[in-house]
Amino acid sequence: MALDRWLALIFIAFCCAYGYLAFFTMDQLLPPFMQRNPVWPSTFPKILSVLGVVVGLIVVLGLEKPTEQGEPSATDINLSRLHEYKLGQAVMLLALMVAYALALRPIGFLLATTLFLAGGSAILGERKWYIMIPVSVLAAGCVWYLVQEVLGIFLRPYPFFMGN
Amino acid sequence: MLEGIMIGLTAAFSLQNLLMVVAGCLIGTFIGMLPGLGPMSIIAIMIPVAITLGDPTAALILLAGVYYGAIFGGSTSSILLNAPGVAGTVATSFDGYPMARKGQAGKALTIAAVASFAGGTIGAILLMIFAPALSSVALLFHSAEYFALMVVGLSAIAAFAGTGQVAKALMMTILGLILATVGEGALFNMPRFTLGMMDLQSGISFITLAMAMFALPEALMLVLNPARGSNADGSSSNKITNLRFSREEAKAMAPVIGRQSVQGFFIGVLPGAGATIASFLGYAVERNIAKGEEQAEFGKGSVKGLAAPESANNAACTGSFVPLLTLGIPGSGTTAILLGALIALNVTPGPRLMTDTPEVFWAVIISMFIGNLVLLILNLPLIPYIAKVLAIPRNYLIPFILFFTLMGAYIGQNNATELLMLVGLGVMATILRFADYPLAPLLIGFILGTMLEDNFARSMQLYRGLDFIIERPMTLGLLVLALVLVLLPSFRARRARKRAEGVADGD
Repeated sequence: MALDRWLALIFIAFCCAYGYLAFFTMDQLLPPFMQRNPVWPSTFPKILSVLGVVVGLIVVLGLEKPTEQGEPSATDINLSRLHEYKLGQAVMLLALMVAYALALRPIGFLLATTLFLAGGSAILGERKWYIMIPVSVLAAGCVWYLVQEVLGIFLRPYPFFMGN
Repeated sequence: MLEGIMIGLTAAFSLQNLLMVVAGCLIGTFIGMLPGLGPMSIIAIMIPVAITLGDPTAALILLAGVYYGAIFGGSTSSILLNAPGVAGTVATSFDGYPMARKGQAGKALTIAAVASFAGGTIGAILLMIFAPALSSVALLFHSAEYFALMVVGLSAIAAFAGTGQVAKALMMTILGLILATVGEGALFNMPRFTLGMMDLQSGISFITLAMAMFALPEALMLVLNPARGSNADGSSSNKITNLRFSREEAKAMAPVIGRQSVQGFFIGVLPGAGATIASFLGYAVERNIAKGEEQAEFGKGSVKGLAAPESANNAACTGSFVPLLTLGIPGSGTTAILLGALIALNVTPGPRLMTDTPEVFWAVIISMFIGNLVLLILNLPLIPYIAKVLAIPRNYLIPFILFFTLMGAYIGQNNATELLMLVGLGVMATILRFADYPLAPLLIGFILGTMLEDNFARSMQLYRGLDFIIERPMTLGLLVLALVLVLLPSFRARRARKRAEGVADGD
């Protein structure tokens, strides 16, 4: 079964869970005076979950026939060429983003951003440290200045133990 | 209308707003040129900046400038590298790139700039005429009609997704609507589907979702496939010399630009169509109209073939503002993002926009003229220098794109959990992209979701049930239209298949 139909199956499961929450758990919390309303907080989600299951089934069962497509070009995204792609780099970059999210508060914006930018280019195969590090430091400093001073949004610049 | 234009002129010609137009156009061109960053990603990245401006007029002007700039920047990379940064400029590369390879890159860029300028300007004039008229009709609408109209908009977006894609687009729309129900709604004041998590209490931030749907997957695709976004055949034609085109060429192009600007505008008005369809259709129409030798030129560097998609896509961008400004219903991913930004700025676009805050409405239109002019006079001489952006090595480019994506989501909320959600949703979006699911319907569904539910609940309360569908003929009519729009593509496909089968049986 092709990936798109697997995803549709997951979507149906998701809609069922969503529908379960809407049909069986939400209405109990409703205060009695609101129960006389023609529309409840759960009304719209109920409709959506039913529609979602129906549309998901149409995709899973392949009721809508796809049209024949030509050979995709080399620059397009193509699942059958996944093994040629640099999956490792992409996963490492995603991990780096998660690490950045977790580190942003404790170690401060400037250090986290510098490490993120330098680390990102290192993952992509750059080895000219004498360019990467100055560029990252400069970029982190500029962005911090713009956000903090020009836009007036507070970003904690230094690690937590250095105070502000 | 004259009075409105005067209001717009005074608002748009303030120093701050003029700066916004110029800055928006420059930033848009600059980033739009980079492979993998379309107007949606750029606008999503710029939204935190626009929101902190605080002034809705300035913010909308900035974002509209970015939008135009991005489309123009996309044409530049289509012409120079055969690597369109934006789907709407793919048709530009058909004739623009061959011209650049013949050593006429400068001329091609000039033609693109002039055609874009004409398309954008004619589009803005048409917008000025049609938007007030549509607005006054829309004032007669009640919440029941609004509900039905949004259903029509959402089905049209799915219906235009292409044959064999309608069910997938609908699925994405429903997913968007479902995501919109998370959090505490305005209507019921009770948290829904938060799964007990505090961070979901206020719902999913639309900036985070926009970044996760567009900017992040594009950046990941660039990582996965290094061939993407670089020159298709490895050669470089970066020398930009003579910027002029001849008088004969101008004469040949003029009617093309005129036709395609009008056609592009009306395609842009339709929900779900937009710049991409307008440019492809414009190209196809002009190739069919052209005669003999000129037709043979198409695809080999024809001036007409370059002017047609360029004027059409810019006019369509302008046209897509019509439903946004008059009905408050976005017809494309980009205008959906703009709508989200406006709501964050406490402006609700819709028919009342013209009467309540006319300065916003007219300033946007006037700034469209200024934006087009800025693109023409500022960018044309700067193109050779701006094109140097294309030389940034991807090892530096990609970490920066990822970083700006993260910043965009972080600045809006100042909450690190938002970043984790961004990564999670981004991975989901990338997988959906691999399976050929369109993502714009998801975002449009998400943004329209709250309004759709509000209007639905209001009509239900007014009519004590579903009676509003029967009692209001216009609502019924619109809902039937929505159903027809969804069913029509598969009906037509079935008929075409039957016909094809008949032929196959015969031989």
